[in-house]
Amino acid sequence: MEKRVTFKGIWLPLLLVAPQIVITAVFFFYPAGQAVWQSLFIPDPFGLSMQYVGLDNFRFLFDDPFYRASFVTTAVFSILVTAVSMGVALYLAVLADRLIKGSGTYRTLLIWPYAVAPAVAGVLWLFMFNTRVGVVTWYLGLLGYDWNHVLNDGEAMGLVVVASAWGRISYNFLFFLAGLQAIPRSVIEAAAIDGARFWTRFRTIVFPLLSPTTFFLLVVNIVYAFFETFGVIHTITSGGPQQATTILVYKVYSDGFVGQDLGSSAAQSVVLLVLVSILTIIQFRYIERRVHY
Amino acid sequence: MKYAVSTLAVAATLGSTGAAFAQTEIQFWHAFTGRLGELLAEQVEGFNASQNDYVVVQSHKGNYSETLNAGIAAFRAGEQPHVMMVFEVGTATMMAAEGAIKPVYEVMEMGGQEFDPGAYISSVTGYYTTSDGRMLSMPYNSSTPVLWVNRDLLEANGVDPDTDLSTWQQVDAVVDQLAEAGLDCPMTTSWQSWIHLENLSAYHDVPFATMENGFGGTDTELAFNGPVQIQHIAQIGEWADEGKFVYAGRRNEAGGNFRGGECALFTESSAGYAGIAAEAEFDFDVRPLPYWEGVEGAPQNTIIGGASLWVMAGHDDAEFAGVAEFFNYLASPEIQAKWHQDTGYLPITSAAGELTREQGFYEENPGTDIAVIQMTAKAPTANSKGLRLGSFDQIRGIIDEELEGVWAGDKTAEEALNSAVERGNQLLRRFEQAAN
Repeated sequence: MEKRVTFKGIWLPLLLVAPQIVITAVFFFYPAGQAVWQSLFIPDPFGLSMQYVGLDNFRFLFDDPFYRASFVTTAVFSILVTAVSMGVALYLAVLADRLIKGSGTYRTLLIWPYAVAPAVAGVLWLFMFNTRVGVVTWYLGLLGYDWNHVLNDGEAMGLVVVASAWGRISYNFLFFLAGLQAIPRSVIEAAAIDGARFWTRFRTIVFPLLSPTTFFLLVVNIVYAFFETFGVIHTITSGGPQQATTILVYKVYSDGFVGQDLGSSAAQSVVLLVLVSILTIIQFRYIERRVHY
Repeated sequence: MKYAVSTLAVAATLGSTGAAFAQTEIQFWHAFTGRLGELLAEQVEGFNASQNDYVVVQSHKGNYSETLNAGIAAFRAGEQPHVMMVFEVGTATMMAAEGAIKPVYEVMEMGGQEFDPGAYISSVTGYYTTSDGRMLSMPYNSSTPVLWVNRDLLEANGVDPDTDLSTWQQVDAVVDQLAEAGLDCPMTTSWQSWIHLENLSAYHDVPFATMENGFGGTDTELAFNGPVQIQHIAQIGEWADEGKFVYAGRRNEAGGNFRGGECALFTESSAGYAGIAAEAEFDFDVRPLPYWEGVEGAPQNTIIGGASLWVMAGHDDAEFAGVAEFFNYLASPEIQAKWHQDTGYLPITSAAGELTREQGFYEENPGTDIAVIQMTAKAPTANSKGLRLGSFDQIRGIIDEELEGVWAGDKTAEEALNSAVERGNQLLRRFEQAAN
């Protein structure tokens, strides 16, 4: 049974959604349309001339084994970032929810990293793991581990994942905590009286009731991992070593703004747009069914 | 804000001279911060104070790539500056944008400035000059790679610090000794593509790309997978495998390793001088870049890196005249000699080099003339004039990736270079398509 509030006329609801639609049109549909248009051309950087090439930009991309490999890199990266940032945030939120004293302080401290810009976060982590002067590198060296993300694929990926996930933990934490606090105490208390221990209560009551929040965060975090992480990657690895951390959006950025190849960059944006749309549809069709509102 | 500052500048100049006529404003966008930014600002102030007709307004627009992007975006919006700093790898992009730029030789003619291309050091200006000798942009900061040596580390590890390091064969013997003595970092490098492929090719007089390294046209193809390059990269790969070469990163990350006293040998730009002199707590010296003994024609000359100043189209003649006057001021021996001595960048005119020598700078700072000698000892050939390749920033990225494959032991030198050539050629074809 769905609950719906219905309007009598058509004009009031239209008026109410108009601002949102206008904003979406100006900041999303118009640029997205331009990207689709540009992806059919090879323009020169200064906009002096454009050559219509049809689907050649796309052919060029998919003929490139490195571009195809970048899909796998992106999948690995996005799954790891989403899993790490949501897992840690949920754990911290459950702990913070049980706090009685000083919860404000903990919350403030945990929310702090969200205020750090991705590029700055990248630099912070880079300093800690710098192969020469990094604090963490130094301690790892004492333990006999030779950290070198400049040449080691796995270490580079690990580092960009941690740096990208770090700032997101705060954001996810906020939502998880709000979600946890919205769960009626009476339900949990009833379960406790019936003899359910913490882990059982969490698995059978808390987590299902938290599922709308989890679902929302899943969508938002995947979008984040896909689109907003190039600052971190740019500052830490520039996509290397070799192409171990070149995710799709980083390639859009570097081909467009470093390489001045606007045609290819536009084509890549279109590919990314389609990919994320498909992902979102899948999420809403198949995962949302398991969500209890 | 931009206008506020320039109005202020105009007001200040008017106030000081008491003259009541308008000055023409010249916008100059650049990529320098820190000490280099200060020195640049000093030059601009010097020019503004030297005459009353023009005011140059300098603004920092981010790093090289960002400055180029800002310039391109501004041009698309019809708000382009008069003068823009563009790094050497952006040269082909600027050249191909015929309607967007105004070649420097034309600007100088329009400005009625006496312009003698012969006064310039051809191996510096050659990078920015057409095949028929017309200068398209004004070299600003140019450097060339040299070998930096930590003399204390050599001595501590049982190597004579005065040992000859002119050839890579000699370097090979020295890194062997250093590694055997237990040194963790016998050798490192910055800017691997620039030094170990682009300069390597020029220095051994072999092509980096066909069609005179791209000077002959945009239908050029990469050619750096020849025997000289493969052998060189294979050798460094072997050193990397044996712990004799340490890879620190794609840009100048290795500078920290050298300045911190960890590495004995370091191939880096001659412009690393200021940083090394300021930070190194050890005895260091500068040597010419080594070459492979037995390769015919080596050592030829090395090529430059750095940036040049491009004039953007779409301004008044009076403004171009101002640009010409500004460039003339920058090229004067005094300004150039000071710039050369302060920064370690190469002078762009022979007169500035002479002046520096007369002032006794080279005697007081031994090794600072090595870069100049290395650049000018021989007249440049078709292989050593420079490079003019489209999408070159991206091609360098591809080269970085492939070389990392060699340093990590995943690929042989031959595989890596063949793959880099093939991938780079695809980008060159796209660039050719966009430019025509």
